[in-house]
Amino acid sequence: MAEPESSTAAAGGSRLRNACGGVLCAFTLLLIGVLAFSIRLFSVIKYESVIHEFDPYFNFRVTQEAKGTGAGLMAAAILAMVPSYISRSVAGSYDNEAVAIFALIFTFYLYVKTLNTGSLFYATLNALSYFYMVCSWGGYTFIINLIPIHVLLCIVTGRYSSRLYIAYAPLVILGTLLAALVPVVGFNAVMTSEHFASFLVFIILHVVALVYYIKGLLTPRLFKVAMTLVITVGLTYASKYIPIIASVSEHQPPTWPSYFMDINVLAFLIPAGIISCFLPLSDASSFVVLYLVTAVYFSGVMVRLMLVLAPAACILSGIALSEAFDVLTRSVKYQLSKLFDDSPAASGDSSAESSSASTVSTNSAKNETRPEKTETAPKEKPSKKNRKKEKEVAESVPVKPKKEKKLLVLPMEASVLGILLLIVLGGFYVVHCVWAAAEAYSAPSIVLTSRSRDGLHVFDDFREAYAWLSHNTDVDDKVASWWDYGYQTTAMANRTVIVDNNTWNNTHIATVGTAMSSPEKAAWEIFNSLDVKYVLVVFGGLVGYPSDDINKFLWMVRIGGGVFPHIKEPDYLRDGNYRVDAQGTPTMLNCLMYKLCYYRFVETDGKGFDRVRGYEIGKKHFKLTHFEEVFTTHHWMVRIYKLKPQKNRVRGKLKKLKSGSKASSTNAAGRKKNPWQ
Amino acid sequence: MPRATSDAKLLIQSLGKAYAATPTNLKIIDLYVVFAVATALIQVVYMGIVGSFPFNSFLSGVLSCIGTAVLAVCLRIQVNKDNKEFKDLPPERAFADFVLCNLVLHLVIMNFLG
Repeated sequence: MAEPESSTAAAGGSRLRNACGGVLCAFTLLLIGVLAFSIRLFSVIKYESVIHEFDPYFNFRVTQEAKGTGAGLMAAAILAMVPSYISRSVAGSYDNEAVAIFALIFTFYLYVKTLNTGSLFYATLNALSYFYMVCSWGGYTFIINLIPIHVLLCIVTGRYSSRLYIAYAPLVILGTLLAALVPVVGFNAVMTSEHFASFLVFIILHVVALVYYIKGLLTPRLFKVAMTLVITVGLTYASKYIPIIASVSEHQPPTWPSYFMDINVLAFLIPAGIISCFLPLSDASSFVVLYLVTAVYFSGVMVRLMLVLAPAACILSGIALSEAFDVLTRSVKYQLSKLFDDSPAASGDSSAESSSASTVSTNSAKNETRPEKTETAPKEKPSKKNRKKEKEVAESVPVKPKKEKKLLVLPMEASVLGILLLIVLGGFYVVHCVWAAAEAYSAPSIVLTSRSRDGLHVFDDFREAYAWLSHNTDVDDKVASWWDYGYQTTAMANRTVIVDNNTWNNTHIATVGTAMSSPEKAAWEIFNSLDVKYVLVVFGGLVGYPSDDINKFLWMVRIGGGVFPHIKEPDYLRDGNYRVDAQGTPTMLNCLMYKLCYYRFVETDGKGFDRVRGYEIGKKHFKLTHFEEVFTTHHWMVRIYKLKPQKNRVRGKLKKLKSGSKASSTNAAGRKKNPWQ
Repeated sequence: MPRATSDAKLLIQSLGKAYAATPTNLKIIDLYVVFAVATALIQVVYMGIVGSFPFNSFLSGVLSCIGTAVLAVCLRIQVNKDNKEFKDLPPERAFADFVLCNLVLHLVIMNFLG
């Protein structure tokens, strides 16, 4: 961007200005990084999320490759604060998906970079960053599908170039090999349908490359025959590809409020960004548009993939904002120069429009934005951001005018109003982001609070239960609970759990789900076979905590029934309704989860009124035969049960067993129980 | 039918004539590419006859061949004088990139070979 400027303008001054621009740009990026860091400090600092401060930088680079520096800076600033991104990367809840997004953007950046330069070196780096992505998140299939689609798009629209070949072909080979190195992926990298798309495009690309090569040697007559062949192959590919995308939808689709919550005003800016991407359509900007479209689709299927959408939305709305500022400030400048019409300004302006950017343009841009600053100064939060924006405006202005000779001139009032509106919009965005970071995403999920008339209530039951576990159970006792609480139990109670939040192994989760939905005896046998000592359930019926195990219970039934077919969902539903009151089915009222949750519940108020469900429970007085209650927290939110020991039940079997292997078993028992050792 | 054959003959002739004009270093690269692809084909045929039991060995063998072929094609694209897109890329730089890429590729393959 900066090179042609220096060549055309007077050498010394422009070089100095370029250096200043570079320093300013770096400084702004640094500020954005600091902002990205500080906004994540709303929650308790547990882990250092240093890597995240690079994300805005790479987003900046991607956008810069696509559109230019001003848009890049804007995108970086927006990304630093986008709420959906914060949701995964606040200092406290920092997990592998947050790292993965960094890898994702980095991979895309390198891909676009390779596409622009055609250098094998960047292609290698691209493959390596893809490897990093594969290591960190299962969402790498997004990359390995998106890039082939882009390549296919480029081919079909006739934008094939040898740079495209260099960017894509080594990536497929190296990326496949590297992905196969990761244990969880392994041979899946060449065996599963998600990856076939890339190979197919790889083959198509070779055909096309060959065709182009031959076309260079030959007359165009035969070339047409070959083209039709390629297009038919491409079409069959596209029709084959659609079910692959559809098969990804394994999680819940998001709701509209969550879109608004997560990307806020960006949703309105995205269309504008798309339009400005199409104005001069290059390989890179078509890639950005494609990225956005697929990301929107994916986030529509699965709420978790909102995370993938965020960088794309940021890039495009950054482009849109900077274009808008560009047009508006330019027209303001033009109007001003007409208004004053004194000689120095006019000469400066003409030189700016004829060949290169000049200091006048930056000065005038600054002059324009200064009044706004005083107006928005009363608002404290946006002011920081606004100052940044002004810098971006100041930079985007000198970049653009040399490209567009025909100025789109708006009236003075309209453009000033437009700038004001944009700044207010940015202010709203900042306020929303700060609010989201502070309130929605920084609240610890382990300590719950509720506001009522008589002040703030704190429900600290989870920590109470975990502390009880860690103080009152043996170190090697195993605890069974639904997987949501696996990591918490491991970390806070320091006990081994049967299933945790790592959901790779579906069968194991299904086993626990089956146990929870079985009657007591069957459940006891399952838990005993897993060597479980304690069972932990979360129950919100007393205080009205809605995300408890009874509400999650249908998922346990479904997941359990997916692996063990004797668990059938209709058995737990009365006429298709899920209920635990007197209308509930006998299977429901006899399953372990119901019993563990509502055991002795009737003693609290005499009626057994469940505040979450809003009715009295179905079965109030019952006894547990295979489990005993050992601990219930203050608000009854966590209840812990112990499995009763084996000897109380299968007596006959035990006797037979003893007569068979008497010596060894008594020996072993004696050694274990010996109190003097 | 005779028209088609004459067309084909003409095509092959003109192809051969056009190819004879390519510089020698590009021809060497072409030979290398053909060699790599042929090796890959031999491996695939072998897999078809004997079976793909040590699957990672087969995979790394074939991918190594295809990978070198692809990288060589990239190198060929970059050093080709007729290619306008890479005017400012010196052939030394292209070759260095090629070597680096091959190094990475074969390190990975050695790791994967098992």
